[in-house]
Amino acid sequence: MLTKSQAKLFFLAGTVIFSVLFLGLSIDTHLNRVGEQTHEENITEGVIAGKHLWEENNCMGCHTIMGEGAYYAPELTKVVERRGVPYIKGVLMSPTPWGEHTSGRKMVAYGFSDEEANNLVEYLTWIGNIDLNGFPAKPQYKVEKNN
Amino acid sequence: MKFKTQKIAYWFFLSALGLLALQIIYGFIMGFAHMGMDGLHDIIPFNTARAVHTNLLVCWLLLGFMGSAYYIIPEESQNELYSPKLAIIQLVSFLAVGVTAVIAYHLNWWEGRKFLEIPRPLDYLVVVNVLAFLFNILMTLFTGKKQTTTALVLAMGLLFAALLYLPGMIWFDSQTLDSFYRWYVVHLWVEGVWELIMGGILAFLLIKITGVDREVIEKWLYVIVGLTFLSGILGTGHHYYYIGAPSYWLWIGGIFSALEPLAFLAMALFAINMYRKGEKKHPNKTALNWTLGAAITSFVGAGLLGAAHTLPNVNLYTHGTLVTAMHGHMAFWGAYAMIVLAIIAYAMPNLTGRKLYNNNMTMYAFWLSNIGMIGMTVAFGVAGVAQVYMERIMGVDFMETQKEIQPHFLVLVLCATGFCAGIILYIINFLQYGKPSDEALVSE
Repeated sequence: MLTKSQAKLFFLAGTVIFSVLFLGLSIDTHLNRVGEQTHEENITEGVIAGKHLWEENNCMGCHTIMGEGAYYAPELTKVVERRGVPYIKGVLMSPTPWGEHTSGRKMVAYGFSDEEANNLVEYLTWIGNIDLNGFPAKPQYKVEKNN
Repeated sequence: MKFKTQKIAYWFFLSALGLLALQIIYGFIMGFAHMGMDGLHDIIPFNTARAVHTNLLVCWLLLGFMGSAYYIIPEESQNELYSPKLAIIQLVSFLAVGVTAVIAYHLNWWEGRKFLEIPRPLDYLVVVNVLAFLFNILMTLFTGKKQTTTALVLAMGLLFAALLYLPGMIWFDSQTLDSFYRWYVVHLWVEGVWELIMGGILAFLLIKITGVDREVIEKWLYVIVGLTFLSGILGTGHHYYYIGAPSYWLWIGGIFSALEPLAFLAMALFAINMYRKGEKKHPNKTALNWTLGAAITSFVGAGLLGAAHTLPNVNLYTHGTLVTAMHGHMAFWGAYAMIVLAIIAYAMPNLTGRKLYNNNMTMYAFWLSNIGMIGMTVAFGVAGVAQVYMERIMGVDFMETQKEIQPHFLVLVLCATGFCAGIILYIINFLQYGKPSDEALVSE
């Protein structure tokens, strides 16, 4: 039967081995893989400014991006492809809560300037071109609404 | 209690329960918003409610862990707390930072990174605060008469939790790397070092409640925390599937995440077996209920419901849907909330000398909150699965889908009301105990 010191060895050895493996894989991911997979060369000043705006306004508090965030508002990974730039800028620059009269679920009226909206669009465009290992999956059907 | 300074724990428990109550209020705001009732939108938009809800969760659990440490470490190391004054300063400053952050979220001041929304200047204060806490605990432990395995595992969990907070503070221009290191904090906390803290508290409670030999309990504690790290560290990979990280994480994350329920299964079997083996019948049945409840519910919520959507080809569809909220609620409840409520239920009679356990109120508190949480989990699950099929498989628009699943949020809010009633009873019972007293000191 297992003794206490064997159990301790199992814990310590397992922790060290898997920590080292995890750190090794992290280094490989960071240094050798992510740059190519995310097209790092396309991270412009505008994309960075857009990321700042994204975080300063906690967009993730309602939306998801690359599937991460809250589940109250649409997933935005492919939003540029889905909605197009003019629509997105319209939402971002709206002086009144977007969605109030259409979907019923309101977005905070940020009233971004043209430049800020352009930065956010650049950021979303960069996100939309990342290789996400197949996410988001294309729906298998296309439903038509009857009414 | 055996040492006067254990009384400090009371103030941490009181603060923790206060923040829990506030967390629940913001949860209701979100539940109603999902039903289309967002009358508070202008003052408390959804992203504010969300940040407050999740951050208060983290805050009250951390306060609960700290209170547990202040109760357990003196008793285990047979030593008075190194500095009670530092503990009080640390509690007050922690609360000040927490309250400032909550107010800041209402003023659109935050970092906007899921779970780590706290504004950057406050991050540094958190670090200082946690260092002060660790200093106090480690000094108590290492100047004490004994360093038991239970105390060492608990202290190690708290130390690693502090260290792992740091990678989340680095700025990256790339959203992918930002997210990659954010999970170093979030995942390795909740599916790694927090399980050490939970295991430490659980072991302490089982030793006290069941009377099973310490050597036996601590041996299994090593096995459990060993299984936690064996599966949990590389299990971080399940957050790296679809964020722009290489595809080898699909394999690594998939395999090791599938192993993650093992640690929780071991924890549940361990708790049940120790209970059955124990010859001592401790009179505090309420503490026993919460202890066994934590071990079992964490297996269901964190282990099984986590595994249910963690395989890469399932997660491709469930990633970023309400299915995650289903798992999240029961996992945090079972693994962390319940263990904190267990140690409070165990500690309060010892701190105050009053024996207010085993009455109708403590029984209703336990069952109402647990049944309420099960109902909430089911409501989230049904809404989440419906969302997956409609939006991700059938290609229905996001908002159209949300309208279809609104009724599930009515169920959610109803179950949350039951849950909330249980918590209110728990808090009333806690307040009835009154303040801790030196008269409750006992010698072994």
